Amino acid sequence: MSTVSTQPPQPGKASLFYDPKIRGYVYQLVLLALVVFVIYEAASNAIENLRAQKIASGFGFWHNAAGFDVNQKLIPFSASGSTYGQAFWVGLLNTLLVASIGIVLATFLGFFIGVARLSSNWILAKLAMIYVEVVRNLPLLLQLFFWYNAVLKPLPEARNSIALPGNIFLNNRGLIAPSPIFGPGFSMVTLALFIGIIAAIGFYIWSKRQQEATGKQYPNGLIALALILVLPLIVFVIIGMPLTFDLPQQGRFNLTGGFQIFPEFVALLVGLTTYTAAFIAEVVRAGILAVSRGQTEAAHALGLRPGPTLKLVVIPQAMRVIIPPLTSNYLNLTKNSSLAVVIGYPDLVQVFMGTVLNQTGQAVEMVSITMAVYLTISLVTSFFMNIYNKRMALVER
Amino acid sequence: MTDATTENAPNFFIRRETLPQEAAPLSVAGPVAWIRSNLFNGPLNTILTLLCAYIVVTSVPGILRFYFIDAVWSGTNRDACLADKIGRPVGACWAYIADRYQYFIYGSYPISERWRVNIVFAMFALGIVWMLWNKAPMKKLGAFFFFVLLPISAYVLLLGGPSATGFLHILLWVLLALTAYYAVLSFVPGIARFYTGPALLAVEEAAPPWKRFYRPKRLILMALVAFGIIALLENAVGLPRVDTGLWGGMTVTFLVAAVGIVFSLPLGVVLALGRRSKLPIIQLLSVVFIEFVRGVPLITVLFMANTMLPLFVPQEYSPDRLLRPLVGVALFAAAYMAEVIRGGLQAMPKGQYEGAMSLGLGYWQMMRLIILPQALRIVIPGIVNTFIGLFKDTTLVTIVGIFDFLRTIEATLVDPTWATPTTRGTGYAFAAMFYFLCCWGMSRYSISVEKRLAAGQRR
Amino acid sequence: MNKYFGAALVGAAMTVCIGGAQAQTGLLAQIKSRGQVTCGVGPGLAGFGIPDAQGNWTGLDVDLCRAISAAIFNDPLKVKFVPLSSKDRFTALQSGEVDLLSRNTTWTMSRDTALGLNFAGVNYYDGQGFMVRKKLGIDSALKLAGASVCTQQGTTTELNLADFFRANKMKYEVVAFATSDETIKAYESGRCDAFTTDSSGLYAERLKLSVPEDHIVLPEIISKEPLGPVVRHGDDNWLDVVKWTYFAMLNAEELGISKANVDEMLKSENPDIKRLVGTEGKFGEAIGLPNDWAYRIVKHVGNYGESFEKNVGQGSLLKIARGQNALWTKGGLQYAPPIR
Repeated sequence: MSTVSTQPPQPGKASLFYDPKIRGYVYQLVLLALVVFVIYEAASNAIENLRAQKIASGFGFWHNAAGFDVNQKLIPFSASGSTYGQAFWVGLLNTLLVASIGIVLATFLGFFIGVARLSSNWILAKLAMIYVEVVRNLPLLLQLFFWYNAVLKPLPEARNSIALPGNIFLNNRGLIAPSPIFGPGFSMVTLALFIGIIAAIGFYIWSKRQQEATGKQYPNGLIALALILVLPLIVFVIIGMPLTFDLPQQGRFNLTGGFQIFPEFVALLVGLTTYTAAFIAEVVRAGILAVSRGQTEAAHALGLRPGPTLKLVVIPQAMRVIIPPLTSNYLNLTKNSSLAVVIGYPDLVQVFMGTVLNQTGQAVEMVSITMAVYLTISLVTSFFMNIYNKRMALVER
Repeated sequence: MTDATTENAPNFFIRRETLPQEAAPLSVAGPVAWIRSNLFNGPLNTILTLLCAYIVVTSVPGILRFYFIDAVWSGTNRDACLADKIGRPVGACWAYIADRYQYFIYGSYPISERWRVNIVFAMFALGIVWMLWNKAPMKKLGAFFFFVLLPISAYVLLLGGPSATGFLHILLWVLLALTAYYAVLSFVPGIARFYTGPALLAVEEAAPPWKRFYRPKRLILMALVAFGIIALLENAVGLPRVDTGLWGGMTVTFLVAAVGIVFSLPLGVVLALGRRSKLPIIQLLSVVFIEFVRGVPLITVLFMANTMLPLFVPQEYSPDRLLRPLVGVALFAAAYMAEVIRGGLQAMPKGQYEGAMSLGLGYWQMMRLIILPQALRIVIPGIVNTFIGLFKDTTLVTIVGIFDFLRTIEATLVDPTWATPTTRGTGYAFAAMFYFLCCWGMSRYSISVEKRLAAGQRR
Repeated sequence: MNKYFGAALVGAAMTVCIGGAQAQTGLLAQIKSRGQVTCGVGPGLAGFGIPDAQGNWTGLDVDLCRAISAAIFNDPLKVKFVPLSSKDRFTALQSGEVDLLSRNTTWTMSRDTALGLNFAGVNYYDGQGFMVRKKLGIDSALKLAGASVCTQQGTTTELNLADFFRANKMKYEVVAFATSDETIKAYESGRCDAFTTDSSGLYAERLKLSVPEDHIVLPEIISKEPLGPVVRHGDDNWLDVVKWTYFAMLNAEELGISKANVDEMLKSENPDIKRLVGTEGKFGEAIGLPNDWAYRIVKHVGNYGESFEKNVGQGSLLKIARGQNALWTKGGLQYAPPIR
């Protein structure tokens, strides 16, 4: 109301102060000065406080002896000789392990549920909807507590493990299976496996070309399977089966020997997979709905059955819509794996930002390193995603 | 196309003879036909249907039995929920929830002071309804209530003690002084002319004095009333300080969520504007902040707030233990909110900007009066979705030692008073119901808004 | 991001801030003018420091804070308890958020020196032990080879555990949790064979199990954990107050002065008793307290033995034997210098 001006503005006469360009510079300078000031204050306070609290700083701790143990480790680690730096790698690898397996499983489950929600089968669609609504509206932390206690509680104690075929045992300490011991010459089998994979890929490319040229189709799946599985198997038999197993033995407390999948890992994996799958299902559904109905109808008119229609017509087009949010869901899964800390799975946050931070007291270093790791994962993924998106976008006309 | 080309075509996939006539379908309408076409059309679907039916048949009765039929509804300790004590199979132990619900709501907040929490809850509910209910009157007043009055009142009421009440008194005096000032301006003829320009008077002189006084100043009046009531309460019964260490349960869950909502929205707007700003430094700072926060898990932000924040300030200002995660959550939510709002800003047609500029509006006027009201409206669903995520994420504050609702459930699970085999299932079910109702309610709301907006678009 | 961080910080400092102590005048004078002692306690360990449903704190460590309050204000209730996790207890003390820390804190050299803290005494001699299920039939920690052990992460417990198994050349599996509640829950659900923490903690945590009698604490103590109250460097007078409050409680027990008979003891002719209850000499003045400071402590809180039995001993659910924590005259380690 008060802005009704009595005089028309006079161009050119405005003072320097009202020049939007100059104002912009002033605003920015003020903001920059403020940010620099805050950073400076924070840093100087931090230095002051660290000195007052006699907390060491710097990255010298990296080579100090750790002195604690971790149950699940992909690289050798023990209290006797390992350093905090190795503890970092143990945690990081555990994070990557659960995240990568979780991503694969969540993708399959999510696609299945997303397609199921659109199914013409009433009961299936409703079940999928209930699943998505329930899982998406509950905190992941609560779900992890549920899975950890649901996975853990009903299983029998170690003394009366459930024996599965093939010397595999299941109890509340996890799944214990024979671990393979590779004899001499086993590398030949690995080599054969690689050759098989390469040959399968080669065949696939060749058959694709053949199909495009002549319309003839080959049983790609079967041949690939034969190349990847049968070839190494033949080599394995020829060189005399150099493989033995370390079988689990009943010890005083638990089965010893073999290799063990810990219940913390299972609970985290199941929790992350089911949670993320619900989100992926929604992404997939939105993607499929984004493909116009005419595409499906045209495919049906050509005589394609619903299965091939989905596989050959709808999903390839839907993928363009699906991929970007799918990636952010993958990133969310990776970031959410940090909740492992509540159920005792030794991931990066639990080992590094939990135990190592508490042993050394160097909060600034630990939190910064941990954040940097997640940030790197995020940025690298977005980088590749952008490249992929550009390539996908080119297809569009 | 002629017949000849069809017959001469080499394509082996074109059928050349007529198919035998198929039998007429059994029925095309009615429940049987519906079942046939929706559940048993084809072998795969039949298998899936049977599988789903099997899942339903095996799980639903078990769940019903556990949570309702076999459940125990009353009792004072675990003996009520132990199967061998009461001689029947025991399902959910609702007696445990009934016994502990006060703890779940208030945590360790002193019993004699819990009325304060109730008042804040009531104000919160009022604010939510005011903001979300489409037909509620005086939305601007509502926004002022929710974003300004509610946080201050909650701070004074929940914390109490000399510092909070002193703050309240200062506010009251300032408000009283302002009211008096405006009253003089409105009621004493002639003075107004002395203080304000003629343009304002031209608009306002026509209105009677009370209206002139009331209309623009109702925000101040409402604040005065609200704070006055609290001050009266304080005089009558006193507001002793309740340390944040005693706060817990749903109170803290709602507090964390509300702080996230109240601070993340304005911060998010600022960040989104910053990201779309043409000033390079502002844009860079906004982008770096947003991408940094979105690239790391909330836990690390909370850890940072908990362990590093105290290092960044002089020791004598070491922030309160509850305040630290609140700062973390607010900043975290702001980054996500910024991206949602940026989507809305980008969706605004260029014409809106140009129109606003051609009217001679400055940047802030354009944003405040033209762009933001529209942009925010179209992203309401996105904003609500962010709130849902935020609400679920409030559970993470338990990791830095705050007693939120989930943590109070966890704490009672190790209490031997109610240690039974089914306590855990009951506690988690109760927590799940609570979170589900809140989140599902929000998502329903967002869907209804989406529909309403879509109706406007359809025309 | 720092722009908003800073803004939030400024807001934080302006709205809710816990004023720290200025070091110019003595802490005792500040406490007197403030009207209450700020005492850092554990987040809830039965017997040592735990709030009840009404928020009243009880426990052995809590009693020490109450005794200090009684000595200063003649009122054991002028204490503000700040629950602190093991992670941030030292920061809270160093930053002046609390006046003293009385929460199961092990006296170690690095804490005493490098962290800039002073330990005022040992009010509980503790050590790390193991708890196992009775039905495992184990009577010694040396038979734990191959067991899986639940522990809380980030404590010396985790390091001692690794040292113990390494020293005895036993294999084991460690499962580490962030909170003690999660740890004991996992142990109870059978995830681990053994649960390890300080033995005082073992007794307290055992109460959280649904059938405490099914679990036993193994006799081995694998570490030295002298627990005591802690103050900051730089205020010797305050250190004296804390130290002598604790010694007064010990001396009272040694001299047979209890809550019940302290009023009679005012008339005692025994010079040791007279000096303690303040009818002879001016010992209180020397530390800035009234001369009947020790009388107030015993009157309101009781002597060390009373506090022990009420909170962790036979008068409590924990039923911990006095053991090492008996007076030196009864074969224990608790020994207080005389008041003279």
